[in-house]
Amino acid sequence: MSETPGDEKWAKMMRAAIGGDEAVYRRLLEEIGRSVRAMARGAFSRARVGDADVEDVVQETLLAIHLKRQTWDGGRSLAPWVGAIARHKIIDAMRRRGARRIEPIEDFEHVLAAPAGEDPHARSDAERLMKQLAPRQRDIVRAISLEGESISATATRLSMSEGAVRVALHRALKSLAASWREAVQ
Amino acid sequence: MKTAELIEALAADPRPHGPGLRQSCLIALALGAAVSAALFLALIGPRADFAQAAHTVRFDLKFVDALALLLPSAMLGLHILRPEARVGALALLFAAPLALLGGAVLMEMSVVPSAQWGELMLGDNAMHCLRVIPLLSIPPLMALIYAMRGGAPQNPTLAGALAGAASAGIAATLYASNCPDDSPLFVASWYPLATLIVVAAGALLGRRLLRW
Repeated sequence: MSETPGDEKWAKMMRAAIGGDEAVYRRLLEEIGRSVRAMARGAFSRARVGDADVEDVVQETLLAIHLKRQTWDGGRSLAPWVGAIARHKIIDAMRRRGARRIEPIEDFEHVLAAPAGEDPHARSDAERLMKQLAPRQRDIVRAISLEGESISATATRLSMSEGAVRVALHRALKSLAASWREAVQ
Repeated sequence: MKTAELIEALAADPRPHGPGLRQSCLIALALGAAVSAALFLALIGPRADFAQAAHTVRFDLKFVDALALLLPSAMLGLHILRPEARVGALALLFAAPLALLGGAVLMEMSVVPSAQWGELMLGDNAMHCLRVIPLLSIPPLMALIYAMRGGAPQNPTLAGALAGAASAGIAATLYASNCPDDSPLFVASWYPLATLIVVAAGALLGRRLLRW
């Protein structure tokens, strides 16, 4: 191997993201999303559980990547870390759907070559889970995700500081992840 | 919600919040230890002959044992908070406290007549040991579990158990300076039992609270 693990393209992108680059972070999450989708489809079809939940798994994985990005060691490559998180979420989802035997999930590295696009009709559980958020948090998540409002614009509109909007968004995403987890049980 | 929409919400906030995971766990460990030490000093404190005892091998060995438990538990506990981490060879570090205890017991049995073994093993403070170590483990265990919630362990039960073992290591270090029973026969019988209580509590907490 000519490059060290930390030089991998995704690792570089994640470092830029952690440094505050929103555009690179968005691109990285899109690329990861496509790979995780391919991985989840493969695992679901092998377990014969149908792929109605694929988009849920993709979103749960992206959310976990976002909330747990401090568990990534910046000197290592990102793909094995992403793969471990995706595998964890896929196994959870298959248990939820009553898969009795969980086949070993293929190495993440193998699906990197065959990324899959989002099904335009798929709607995840996130919509329903968002109803459990506090009204202000829901407003912030909606404005940023659906309307593409920036954090600074949201801050101005709600007369909050940008820091406060960031914290509210972070808390909202955390409770979204928590209610997803509870829905699993 | 579409995945593209979720990505918009995530991408709006690329910088992680707060201190790193390792850092917050170490802070939690230190704070928990400080609270336990305060609790220890307020409730029982070190034994009266602490200064003389510190010159005896049996007394000092108790601290070595406790640290030999604390260090590998804390290291492995931090390690497995990374989702891709494997336990692997780090588990061998636990050979250290076991070998220390086993070796000390054999030494003790070779220098002390067998008629006294039973008495030394039972000591005078077995129940005290079983109460105080779990009690003093509570602050570090709570703080650690709280900090570890930022992690992503493949096995949350194991992560909780290791937090319990590290907390028991702290508690045993404190308790060792109070307990008048220094024989390795006593230490090898009761300290591990007290530790197991805390490990079990940690495992239960981890199973519930460290899922992600």
